[in-house]
Amino acid sequence: MKYVTEFRDPVAARQLLAAISHTVDQIGATKDNPVRLMEICGGHTHAIFRYGLDRLTPPGLEFIHGPGCPVCVLPMRRVDECVEIAMRPEVIFTTFGDAMRVPGRRKSLLDSKSEGADVRMVYSPLDALELARCNPDREVVFFGLGFETTTPSTALTILQAASEGIGNFSLFCNHITVTPPLRLLLEDPEMKLDGFIGPGHVSMVIGTRPYEFIAREFGKPLVVAGFEPLDLLQSVLMLLRQRVEGRAEIENQYARIVPEEGNPASLAAIEQVYEPRPTFEWRGLGEIDKSGLRIREAYAAYDAERKFDVGYGSSKPHVPDTESFACGAVMTGRMKPFVCPEFGKGCTPEHPLGALMVSSEGACAAYYQYADVRPEVAE
Amino acid sequence: MCLGIPGQIVEITDSERKLATVDISGVRRVVNVACVTTNRSLDDLIGRWALIHVGFAMSLIDEAEAALTLKALHELDEVSGELETITRTEAMMRTGAETGQGPVQ
Ligand code: SF4
Repeated sequence: MKYVTEFRDPVAARQLLAAISHTVDQIGATKDNPVRLMEICGGHTHAIFRYGLDRLTPPGLEFIHGPGCPVCVLPMRRVDECVEIAMRPEVIFTTFGDAMRVPGRRKSLLDSKSEGADVRMVYSPLDALELARCNPDREVVFFGLGFETTTPSTALTILQAASEGIGNFSLFCNHITVTPPLRLLLEDPEMKLDGFIGPGHVSMVIGTRPYEFIAREFGKPLVVAGFEPLDLLQSVLMLLRQRVEGRAEIENQYARIVPEEGNPASLAAIEQVYEPRPTFEWRGLGEIDKSGLRIREAYAAYDAERKFDVGYGSSKPHVPDTESFACGAVMTGRMKPFVCPEFGKGCTPEHPLGALMVSSEGACAAYYQYADVRPEVAE
Repeated sequence: MCLGIPGQIVEITDSERKLATVDISGVRRVVNVACVTTNRSLDDLIGRWALIHVGFAMSLIDEAEAALTLKALHELDEVSGELETITRTEAMMRTGAETGQGPVQ
């Protein structure tokens, strides 16, 4: 794997890097006492590694990788529940490709496919709906997951199914919302964070207002960022400048895509179909209040949890995850992936133990991919 | 899944269901445009660029932004995978629809 070494605008990149260095010095941050910025979105983690931004920026600046990869934060139990639904003979189980190889406690969806389950990769929930139209004698289930960026897509798909009266389509809903885990991290006295790089595409849907509590209640800044290298560098500089000027505000570096009020049509669809669950489990973080969405009673016919009696909709008792401590520590930015005893040994992208190693947006996979150019990863 | 990809809306395919055909780096795909039609007639969308996430146009962007985003996605190695998914699932949908699939016992 190679870094991308050429920036779209190398002069601008150099200027931004120089300004970042200067501001880090002004703050007096050092390698041992760095400014710690958390990038929330897994897409940003991927970009930071791809461009080697954490190595181009001064040692007094540390990127902490946040819980923003929806595949990575999915508890193993939910994967088990997917497998349980998928193994039913009448079911065509449809999923995004990213989720196929995520290990459950016993197997992944890919394993269940090789054992005869009808699991199909789709590009869009609309593909799953089309499969339901074409296979009226089968039950088509779509594995809905993701933050607010993808939530409107499944909401609109359910609304479409309802308007056509398609009865053999349902959604296994694992949608999560981005702000509740941030509150949890901010309330944790062990987490020392100086600011957040806010997710670009989630914010395109929800706007910038939902983040205001971060500045108001916790006195920390957040800058919504695009995912090009210059966007990320500029956002870092905006965060550092706030620190120097003693401000903590929600700013928007990605205003060309992210309107302050978000996308009204998307928000309306989400509101119509979903409501917050009392709690939802996150891998490595545990149950978090009002952090997940479930399908409203009015659309219960499209809810796979109710239809197949699994998950939170099930009468069966709930068994919490008892998986490796390391995944949780990495997920919350407490531990760097290469410190995990399984990293590169028991756990590789080919044979992942945790979801952080599966998705290109997971921190472990990112370190693994670029291991050859990272001296700290080598033993 | 989270990054999306720019596509250009080339025609309205089904106005009732708010579906349009977009051209994503030379691959054509029908997507839902409900999220970008507020205060806008469907026909106004033709020729416009949008960020496409999992088959839904989520935000209108200008052509320069589309080009920049595509370049960034190329550098992140995200384009070929996304396009392959789009093409492969299209093929699966077509064959799946024609043959139907008996239940796996
Ligand atoms: S290397 Fe594997 S087991 Fe260790 S934290 Fe990462 S995903 Fe979990």
